Amino acid sequence: MRVVEKFGLGLFLIGLAAFIIIPFIGTYSISEELVLANTKEIHQQKMTEILAPMYGQNYSSNFAFLSAFGENFDSYNESLKDQQLWDQVIWDDYSFALALAGLKSPVRENPWIFFMLSIGLAVVGGFLYNFRQHHNEPAGIKNNGIFHSSLKNRGILGMLTGTFLIVFYIGLYWFPAYLVTLVWMVSPISELLSGNPASQWFLYGLIYTLAILVMGVRMFRKYRGNKYQQLRTASVMFFQTAFAFLIPEILVLLNQPYYDFKNIWPLDYDFFYDYQISTFLSSGGVGMFMLIWGILLIIVGVPVFTYFFGKRWYCSWVCGCGGLAETVGDPFRQLSDKSVKAWKYERVIIHGVLVLAVVMTAVTIANYFSGFSFLGNVTNQLHSFYGFAIGSAFAGVVGTGFYPFMGNRVWCRFGCPLAAYLGLVQRFKSRFRITTNGGQCISCGNCSTYCEMGIDVRWYAQRGQNIVRSSCVGCGVCSAVCPRGVLKLENGPEENRIHDLPIIIGNDSIKINV
Amino acid sequence: MSQSHRHVVIIGNGISGVTCARHLRKMDEGVRITLVSGESKYFFSRTALMYVFMGHMKFEHTQPYENHFWEKNRIELKEAWVEKVDFTRKSLVFTSGEKLGYDSLVIATGSKYNKFGWPGQDLPGVQGLYSKQDLELMEGNTRENVRHAVIVGGGLIGIEMAEMLAYKKIPVTFLVRERGFWNKVLPKEESELVGRHIREHHIDLRLETELKEILSDDEGRVAAVITSKGEKINCQFVGLTAGVSPNIDFLRNTDLKVNRGVIVDEYFSTNLPDVYAIGDCAEFEKAPAADRRTIEQVWYTGRMHGETLAYSLCNKPVPYRPGVWFNSAKFLDIEYQTYGTVPADWDENQFKNFYWEHRGGKVAFRMLMDLEGKILGVNNFGFRLRHEVLDQAIRESWSGGKVMARLEHANFDPEFFAPYYIEIQEAFKAEFGGHFHPSKKSFIQKIFGAKV
Repeated sequence: MRVVEKFGLGLFLIGLAAFIIIPFIGTYSISEELVLANTKEIHQQKMTEILAPMYGQNYSSNFAFLSAFGENFDSYNESLKDQQLWDQVIWDDYSFALALAGLKSPVRENPWIFFMLSIGLAVVGGFLYNFRQHHNEPAGIKNNGIFHSSLKNRGILGMLTGTFLIVFYIGLYWFPAYLVTLVWMVSPISELLSGNPASQWFLYGLIYTLAILVMGVRMFRKYRGNKYQQLRTASVMFFQTAFAFLIPEILVLLNQPYYDFKNIWPLDYDFFYDYQISTFLSSGGVGMFMLIWGILLIIVGVPVFTYFFGKRWYCSWVCGCGGLAETVGDPFRQLSDKSVKAWKYERVIIHGVLVLAVVMTAVTIANYFSGFSFLGNVTNQLHSFYGFAIGSAFAGVVGTGFYPFMGNRVWCRFGCPLAAYLGLVQRFKSRFRITTNGGQCISCGNCSTYCEMGIDVRWYAQRGQNIVRSSCVGCGVCSAVCPRGVLKLENGPEENRIHDLPIIIGNDSIKINV
Repeated sequence: MSQSHRHVVIIGNGISGVTCARHLRKMDEGVRITLVSGESKYFFSRTALMYVFMGHMKFEHTQPYENHFWEKNRIELKEAWVEKVDFTRKSLVFTSGEKLGYDSLVIATGSKYNKFGWPGQDLPGVQGLYSKQDLELMEGNTRENVRHAVIVGGGLIGIEMAEMLAYKKIPVTFLVRERGFWNKVLPKEESELVGRHIREHHIDLRLETELKEILSDDEGRVAAVITSKGEKINCQFVGLTAGVSPNIDFLRNTDLKVNRGVIVDEYFSTNLPDVYAIGDCAEFEKAPAADRRTIEQVWYTGRMHGETLAYSLCNKPVPYRPGVWFNSAKFLDIEYQTYGTVPADWDENQFKNFYWEHRGGKVAFRMLMDLEGKILGVNNFGFRLRHEVLDQAIRESWSGGKVMARLEHANFDPEFFAPYYIEIQEAFKAEFGGHFHPSKKSFIQKIFGAKV
């Protein structure tokens, strides 16, 4: 490792350490005014009573504060539950809002300093580490040492990285109250963009975008000389930064609904939820445009673009989940399971999620128009189940946390309902295929090994068969790592796209394929 | 489906033997098939061993079929080394003493690397690279204390070995007997192109230099080599990559007719009934085509041998009729493909020759034509060509101009890659004329595509 890389890595690790420590810096105290300001009107009276024992107390850490909060709050709710007084139970979780409001911390006083010390250093360090990789070498893709790497081959570093990511996601989704210091830290940036203080989702979006940008630089270096990879990486960096991060914030600044113009139902599973629909309908022309745009993407955009280009137009060029997988996740792509068994699970699970998403949305829409109370109940149950199991646990915790264990496309491969929908179009009505170059395959296995979707590319290539698979996201890495020039991603006539009886060119002895 | 209950035993589970077994099973539900190998229980891609060494893959990734494939297809796997074959009793004798009877025997034992009687060639730290065991040995030999390595012999395995050692950051001196790298196969310009690229990777390429002697240290390990130029090069590892030859020593001095390899006819039949040989270890009585050798040591030919013999074993005998020659390789970062006939050298009066090289010196295209200007073969470096199109062009003897007219269609590079074919077309037109228009860049290509 050269000096600049070592220096970069050092900075990154310091930034990461600071990021891990920062949530624990600060003390917490709440008052009646604060509770009043952060609770809904119907709960104000009760909450001020419940939390009264906490007023004036100074809690030295988020753990102390949240455990005190939990004791007071839960004992109130539990007793109501024991008495079956369901309608008096407070279902809202105020822990995040109150922790956020009650924090006293140098981080809150000087957010920029701590931001530079943590995320800032990590970004600068990551950039320094990446931006000159391979600069002394001729252009060409090197997967040197990947399976000798602890991080990239499920060694101890891989385990640690995966564990860190899983813990972070669990905190983000279910225990954000522990992360309020970090939220304060990025709040000035949120104020700059949207004029509003940050939420945990702003924190997440910011880290997510920066991670894609820094690791995008790594992609540019790693795939030097491969224009397809370069363009695709630039594309996901652009769509994440502009469409997923900046535009929604700026829309909020302009008093418009928060909206990611490239997010498509059913990945965007709450698109048809009643609060979304009412937001669209109550936001005039812009809201109406968003609603129509979103529906057009589903019924026209997906089939048409996928017909012409395959699902890659979305999955590896536009999508945010894909963007993270293709940049931050690229070092882990070789960990996907290529077995036939995994493929069987994949088909059942991903189409199961698609069916669930469709059913849930159908019920939601039916409920929206009928207002039937039973249906309303079912809708709420479905929403909370889907949000918990699919939206958070699967897409987030497993989807990203499992990068170092099962590769970078676990969510896209096994879970994403939009990928399932795109895949059905790609499989049955598309011009896209990966062409096998006659008889040139030597069965080396590089293509299969580096397929992030776990497609056994070699199985097809060595038989001289085109690869037409619903799961292929068209990342092009199989083609890039092939040492014999066998694979090419192509859009072409549907005729002969799928051949069931391939002939390997070169042997005239046997004219009929038997 | 024909049904039979005979027992076909195949010695060797490389690409030839495995292809033969697979096609046999496809065509005959009943035949009993046994694949014998002491090297590895499961078939793996030999060409991928280098990637295991360099950490691109694990060994299991080089196995093209999952382990359950063999049982599912009722192909028995026998993990053993064959000591000898009792042709009269139709039985194999393994080194363990165990025996296995056969009705038909297919010999597909591949190659072994050449040693030419150099003094010191058997010292610890001196080795070739062919088998899985060689890979394991090389991993051991290069684990520590190798400050310098010498590779002897400039072919495909030699350059692979150089790349492997470079991964370990071991400086390499690469001794090549000829005047250019692989110049028995590559024409001068291509050979020089690869030579430049080898040096670009800081590999010390020594042309017209042979190995004279390998010296040992006090502990009996390799310590240095002496070259034909009298130079002494200190090294702790020596790679022997001066070609391979058929791995048939255990069949010598038997009733089986052998020369360098097992002698076969165009049906892969040997002089003994029910005994066949395919792949690297087979030597044809007569070369299968004018531009082919009597021993074919290429992945693709092994595969074709296996497929053809399987057909013969199940149906009426089919003679081996390979189509248009093709091959490919990767020299460090530069990919190479060839289609048809392009020898290393030719009589300028008998052929028309077109050669284009990109100014960066890493991309090249050669087309050899007959005197009427009809395509005989191409070499392409640094970009990819479509097998199907070149196969058709050569088979149908397209004119050079027609090949050029369709070069864009023949291009197999990924989208957005530099359209080298336009420069090639322009260069061809300038040199030979022709009724075609060089391709134009598409709008998308102009905006986003790589520059030539």
